[in-house]
Amino acid sequence: MSSSDAHALSPAHEADRQRHLAHHFDTMDTQEYAVRLAMWLFLGTEVLLFAGLFLGYTVYRHFYHETFHEASRTLSIVLGTTNTIVLITSSLTVALAYWAVKTGKNGLGAFLLVVTILCACGFLVIKGFEYHHKFEEGMLPGQFYHYAEITGPGANLYFTIYFLTTGLHAFHVIVGMSVLIWVLARLLKGHFSPGYYYPVELGALYWHLVDLVWIFLFPLLYLI
Amino acid sequence: MNDIMRTLLWLPVQASTFASKVDNLHYFVITVTMVASIATGLLAFYFFFKYRERRKAQSTPLVLPSVKFEIVVIGVPLFFFLLWFVQGFKDYVWYTSPPKNAMDVYVMGKKWMWKFAYGSQGPNAIGTLHVPEGRPVRLLMTSRDVIHSFYVPDFRIKQDLLPGRYTETWFEATKAGRYQILCAEYCGTWHSQMWGEIVVMPAQEFDNWLVEQRRGLSERVDTSTDDGDNFHGSIVEYGKKIAMSEGCVKCHSFDGEPHIGPTWLDLYQRRETLETGETIIADEAYLTDSMIDPRAKIVKGYKPVMPTYKGRLAAPEAAALVEFIKSLRSESLENVPSKEAIYEPVKRR
Amino acid sequence: MSQSSDAEAAPVYPAVNYLNADRGVWSWLSTLDHKRIALMYLVSVLFFFLIGGIFAMAIRLELLTPGPTIMSANTYNRMFTLHGVVMIFMFMIPAIPGVFGNFCLPLMLGAKDVAFPRLNLLSLYLYWTGSLLAVTAMAMGGLDTGWTFYAPYSTTTPTTVFPALLGVFILGFSSILTGLNFIVTIHTMRAPGLGWMRLQLFVWGIYATSIIQVLATPVIGLTVMLVGIERIGGFGLFDPTKGGDPVLFQHMFWFYSHPAVYIMVLPSMAVVSDAIAAFSRKNIFGYKMIAYSSLGIAFVGFFAWGHHMFVSGQSPFDNGAFAAISMLVGVFTAIKVFNWVGTLYRGAIAVTAPFVYICGFLFFIVFGGMTGIAVATVSLDVHWHDTYFVVAHFHFIMVGAVIMGFLIALHYWFPKMFGKKYNEGWGMVAASFIVLGFIATFIPQFLAGNAGMPRRYYMYPERFEALNVASTAGASLLAIGFVIVLIYLIYALVRGPIAGDNPWDSGGIEWMTTSPPPKENFHETPIIDRDPHSYQKRGEEVEHVVI
Repeated sequence: MSSSDAHALSPAHEADRQRHLAHHFDTMDTQEYAVRLAMWLFLGTEVLLFAGLFLGYTVYRHFYHETFHEASRTLSIVLGTTNTIVLITSSLTVALAYWAVKTGKNGLGAFLLVVTILCACGFLVIKGFEYHHKFEEGMLPGQFYHYAEITGPGANLYFTIYFLTTGLHAFHVIVGMSVLIWVLARLLKGHFSPGYYYPVELGALYWHLVDLVWIFLFPLLYLI
Repeated sequence: MNDIMRTLLWLPVQASTFASKVDNLHYFVITVTMVASIATGLLAFYFFFKYRERRKAQSTPLVLPSVKFEIVVIGVPLFFFLLWFVQGFKDYVWYTSPPKNAMDVYVMGKKWMWKFAYGSQGPNAIGTLHVPEGRPVRLLMTSRDVIHSFYVPDFRIKQDLLPGRYTETWFEATKAGRYQILCAEYCGTWHSQMWGEIVVMPAQEFDNWLVEQRRGLSERVDTSTDDGDNFHGSIVEYGKKIAMSEGCVKCHSFDGEPHIGPTWLDLYQRRETLETGETIIADEAYLTDSMIDPRAKIVKGYKPVMPTYKGRLAAPEAAALVEFIKSLRSESLENVPSKEAIYEPVKRR
Repeated sequence: MSQSSDAEAAPVYPAVNYLNADRGVWSWLSTLDHKRIALMYLVSVLFFFLIGGIFAMAIRLELLTPGPTIMSANTYNRMFTLHGVVMIFMFMIPAIPGVFGNFCLPLMLGAKDVAFPRLNLLSLYLYWTGSLLAVTAMAMGGLDTGWTFYAPYSTTTPTTVFPALLGVFILGFSSILTGLNFIVTIHTMRAPGLGWMRLQLFVWGIYATSIIQVLATPVIGLTVMLVGIERIGGFGLFDPTKGGDPVLFQHMFWFYSHPAVYIMVLPSMAVVSDAIAAFSRKNIFGYKMIAYSSLGIAFVGFFAWGHHMFVSGQSPFDNGAFAAISMLVGVFTAIKVFNWVGTLYRGAIAVTAPFVYICGFLFFIVFGGMTGIAVATVSLDVHWHDTYFVVAHFHFIMVGAVIMGFLIALHYWFPKMFGKKYNEGWGMVAASFIVLGFIATFIPQFLAGNAGMPRRYYMYPERFEALNVASTAGASLLAIGFVIVLIYLIYALVRGPIAGDNPWDSGGIEWMTTSPPPKENFHETPIIDRDPHSYQKRGEEVEHVVI
């Protein structure tokens, strides 16, 4: 996501852009750069937040290799793959939405944002089915685990990690979705233009992070 | 020289083969530390006076380091630090490599006591570990509940005990005597009282002691207060012996002093109110039940921390304990009410 | 830019400044002015320092005798836990960045505010929220896990842990957002002409600190969240009865908590760098070395966490690696010490209270830092781990370096923040109490650790009694010193003489505006055409000395 080509903006758009200059920044260039830098730093913190859980997964997979492998067989690859496709598609649509707003196609942008949000809902629904199935089978974390088919050591730990990672991820899906709904609302109210659109950019960036985390989670939990 | 440094630095005796290695490196490191820090402080103080401002708006020269200075300033500390690292790591690797002929002792830590066992033939002990002088001993350790740490300052050894895992450490004691074991990882209310003792005996004496211990009952209980022979005495005295050796005394006082568990003084036939609100009489049945299933009926104001003795007390031993408790009667005729517990009541999670 | 040319004229207190520009409590609570936010942080951190200090005095009083003295075992265990939690999360981590970072950073960059003023205010509110939750835990009976929350004790103790965990999580957020704000501010809001190599060293220190805050804090957030989930939900990663590994908790905890000590000490070193140059009225001896060593500490400090776990059951290989890396971090501090002392050489040093603190600081950072190297020496740490030696080591740094740094900052920037001068005589008296009291408190603790006294001991074997009594006596001196500081600073606020723009004749950019500054920081954007740590007068023939 590069900074806008200021010289390509029409005078009206440039005026719109300058309207958003905060009192403590000297220029919009500086402000936009600052805002993007801040967002990337924040995404860095999110990566580190998930890192601990990935570490836990790695450690316990190493300790309980067979059980983890067995337990991951119980996850539905079909549903997981579907969710992955849904999320990657939503990343595509949100990136296109950003491009649309940047080039003045607000209507298309709004439509694409709606598709993104719907994909997010779809992801959560499929996740809901998966969770429901686990509740039924007794594949629950920690002390609640009572799935009779897998009794090796570390079985309950697998599902603890499963619920913690997918749960934290789902929480971020909800947060990301809320951000996109808010961005959509502002877009529909006409707040954005080719001169000022970086909230869309930032919301899309956040959504990409949410997608990226899933792209790592999916193979670790479902495929190996 | 070693003794002067040791005394100045408040270091305890060196009673293991590891201790003098540790102390020698310690002296080196701490001397350089003291010299460097005092020199820095004094230099700053000296500059404070020598270069104090004498005129208002006095000018100062531009002082800059040369590359050579920078290299020296980085190189000298780095040299010392890496030197200490190398020596320290060498000593550490030696410390983590128990000799092949080391005698194994199993250590089990739990709140708030140490239990020792010499292999399957025993003997077992609580709180006191007998070891031979001049022979390496390897400790294989685990915890029953939370993390503890086995620390013997006189030996300069320490190792955490983990629940669910075995950790090991070893030592070779160089001097006969008694050395304190301290728990060094915070483990709750009586962490600071989770002490033990290592009794180092001359090698021959230890061998004799071990044979003595193994003769007789296959499960022997040892305390530092008696001679370990077959018990002679009344059932009440037998009960008292068991109360000491099974660790009951860690939580229950015999003299009315409030502690982790209800005092045993005047406990027999005492009317107690339970957590649930109901009242019971502490009779033989209740006392015996409490040993087997301590969490079932807890007296109000006490925490559910008593471990179960199911499988650990034979029937005669449990009976002896009850008789001992019955014998603890104060002179007054009225029931002495249970005193307040020292700590706050259990909060629901 | 020459020093204050009106040195002979009477100092002026600006009638309108950031303190009175807007009135009313709500104008403070909803402010976007970084200077006001800094003051609110100041009041808050001082309050929590007092609370943490009260817990400390309770501990020292209890330790006057080997047996029970004034409280029960369970109460004592709560005392040391709360002392640690309050001091670390509510004072040490937020204090210098929150107060002086907030106040001075934009001024030192010639900027009007930080990059995200509203985020800054949010950081303050998150600080208050997290602190309130921790206080709630205290009110509900308190927790006894130690500030390190080791599992499985922390996941099973029946004391009130969860609100404290939640509090720490939220305090972490506050810290992350502050760090993020500062990084973006330094990158994007420097005045024209202010290149990186012209930045005041305080800025470099805050920059390095902010990087750590942003990268390390999420990990502690996750870790305490996991402990909380295990307590509330009964499932987690650290329960050995379910196959979990308590040592994994330690790795995750220390991955943050070791860099955290650099979050605490780097700002303090940053203050000293600025103050030493200002009070010596001399250039910084090795500017680049000090600047880069801050980054070095931040970077290498991320890889040293395992030195807290030498006897945890970790492999010897890990122990060796962590030990070696820890040695490297020590070198960066050594570099700074040489450069600070070099800055004093041939300076024109002002006899002031901050200078007494600076002398103390230099002694303490070398002693504390090198005892850190000592405990990083694996074979030695086997004896010292979890004893009072480690307690003394980290207090030498936490109190001896960080709090000295805080006090230096407080005295150095007091005139800037409030436009008044404090009484130097009382300042030096208090500084002496603090430096000497500190030595008397903590040197006996090194010896107690040598003798084998473990940490977190409510009752201790009698042979440690003399050292404990000595330590408590020293602590009383320390406390008296702090009380004296509080009294004369409050007096100075109310009745102190007017300071004027630049009473220290310091070269820092923050001194190029009035004291107190106006709401918008500068009446006109400052042009930076020279090094802020240089004290050469324009046109003057300067003697060059190379060591």
